[in-house]
Amino acid sequence: MPARLLRRLAATLLLVVGVSSAAFLVTHLAPGDVVQTTMGFSASQATIARAQHRIGLDRPLLVQWGAWLAGVARLDLGTSALYQRPVGPLVAERALNTALLATVAFLVALMLGIPPAFITATRPRSLAAHLIRVASLVLLSLPPFVGSLALVLVAARTGWFPAGGMTSAEDVTGVALLADVLWHLPLPVAALALPLAATFERLQAQALTEALDQPAILAARARGIPEPTIVRRHAWRLALKPVAAVAGLVFGALLSGSFVVEMVTAWPGLGRLTYDALLHRDLELVAGCAAAGALVLSVGLLLADMAIAWSDPRVRVHVASEVRA
Amino acid sequence: MSARRGAAGLLALLMLLAIAAPFVSPQDPSERFPDLPDAPPTPLRLFTAGGQWCGLCFHPQRLVSRLERRFEIDTTAPVPVHLFSRGRLIADSGDPGTPLLLAGTDASGRDVFARLIFGARASLGVAIIAVLGAVALGLTIGGLAGARGGWVDTWLMRLADAIAVLPAIYVVVTLRAALPLVLPVATVFALITLLLAVVGAPWIARGVRAIVSVERTLGHVEAARALGASSTRILLQHLLPATRGFIMRQAALLLPAFVLAEATLSFVGLGLPDTVPSWGTSLQEAANVSAIAAFPWLLAPAGAVFLVTLLVNVALGEHDADRVL
Repeated sequence: MPARLLRRLAATLLLVVGVSSAAFLVTHLAPGDVVQTTMGFSASQATIARAQHRIGLDRPLLVQWGAWLAGVARLDLGTSALYQRPVGPLVAERALNTALLATVAFLVALMLGIPPAFITATRPRSLAAHLIRVASLVLLSLPPFVGSLALVLVAARTGWFPAGGMTSAEDVTGVALLADVLWHLPLPVAALALPLAATFERLQAQALTEALDQPAILAARARGIPEPTIVRRHAWRLALKPVAAVAGLVFGALLSGSFVVEMVTAWPGLGRLTYDALLHRDLELVAGCAAAGALVLSVGLLLADMAIAWSDPRVRVHVASEVRA
Repeated sequence: MSARRGAAGLLALLMLLAIAAPFVSPQDPSERFPDLPDAPPTPLRLFTAGGQWCGLCFHPQRLVSRLERRFEIDTTAPVPVHLFSRGRLIADSGDPGTPLLLAGTDASGRDVFARLIFGARASLGVAIIAVLGAVALGLTIGGLAGARGGWVDTWLMRLADAIAVLPAIYVVVTLRAALPLVLPVATVFALITLLLAVVGAPWIARGVRAIVSVERTLGHVEAARALGASSTRILLQHLLPATRGFIMRQAALLLPAFVLAEATLSFVGLGLPDTVPSWGTSLQEAANVSAIAAFPWLLAPAGAVFLVTLLVNVALGEHDADRVL
């Protein structure tokens, strides 16, 4: 049991360090550095060289990387030359915004996507089922990028909800801040959640249809158990696993989707921060963003494994032990 | 069944339109009409505003206020529209003062419809070549892993999983941002195609490997081996053909994903340069809320991305559960 847990932790650590190191090295190889991108053309050679020396950009690549790794070992992610702030708190703040967006979108997608699947699976020929299938097909074809642009148009034209940003009022705290953020959530959440809800609906409907064909269900029917009970107590359990199995992939898709939604709706999350850091060659900030992204992803993968374990008792022995340990 | 055929047919028609862009589009995609910035679409009409039959014509627009982008429709002299004249499908009189603007213009007065049709060349071109690249790469990696087994299999699949688990758009954006921002168009084109092929390949490689490693144990392969067929021959003649159905499906699923990826990359400024009309570069102007609200026709390329995705999804039919991207 502890060995499994250790291996899992080691894999997470490897992913986080590996991904952020790769981002660090790739960005270092890129032409230009943070001093040149932020100082502009007017700065003299000497000024640039001084600034480069001050933040240690004139050292060899391996030395810089080693120094950064040593910092990471002490949980010090360095300083962003672009924002003149420590990377840790900056990245944590933005990653939290992205996590909020992704989590709410995930929950909304579950709530919107799973219930209709029961209609499409149990009464596939009804009018409602046809409508749901068409809606699913359309939403499935509406990627977050296109969806967010369309929703911005709706928001800007009607003024029903804000078209961008995460807050509009400044200097508010507590309940007022919470209300303000909630008020800005619908647009980016809808753009992220709608295609995902359609995916859930298709997956769940397919799994339910297959489950209803199984001998166990036939046996239950033969014993005279009413159909609603069969669906609710037996078929659904059989159909849980295929849906749980994609949860891991969903997290990757949510992160990818949130990148572009953040760009379109000006949501101050990890996506925009990564983009700015990359374009300004802010090495330590790029690495910090990559580390945060990898960490979010690892947590997502862990949750996905937990979901699979929960949905299939046979897997529970293997995976749940790590989770509980 | 017929809906699927129809969707596939429409998709083919779309590609034909892209190929025949100079014939289909009434305007040149890079021609600027300086007196018609952000002009709204002009509707084609059969009757003039006075109710007189005019065959096929439109009323030209005149700029009233450049600052407010206010236009006035000039109903005094309708401009006739000719089919199959001047080497175009739909041609206006050729007077640069009164162009036919089916989908309006962008801020520099370029015809949005022309950029949409010509943009299909770049957008679909990048996507199709990237799909071919991903299939080639995926077949090689998956085939090798499945046919060889052992440590080759283990390491190739670990590599594929490592790429597949990362949010694709972050990988592409990071790698693209690491290279010089301004490059020759052909280089950018090749680069984007290559990046997309690399992030798409693992999805194909995984499936190919699974099919090949099962197929390898079947009787006909054993028989071929007993007859002295070389391992290359077995792979090419007996193993890879089994993956054809899977490859077709995956290739079809990757197409809209890559169209979307090009649009996203170009939208954030990391894709094709603005001089090349593509759906992504055309969307750059729709990057702020006020532009979207005032000139919604700028979103037409987003509609094109949606249409391609929808057509592929309809053409693939019911079982679209294996996609989460």
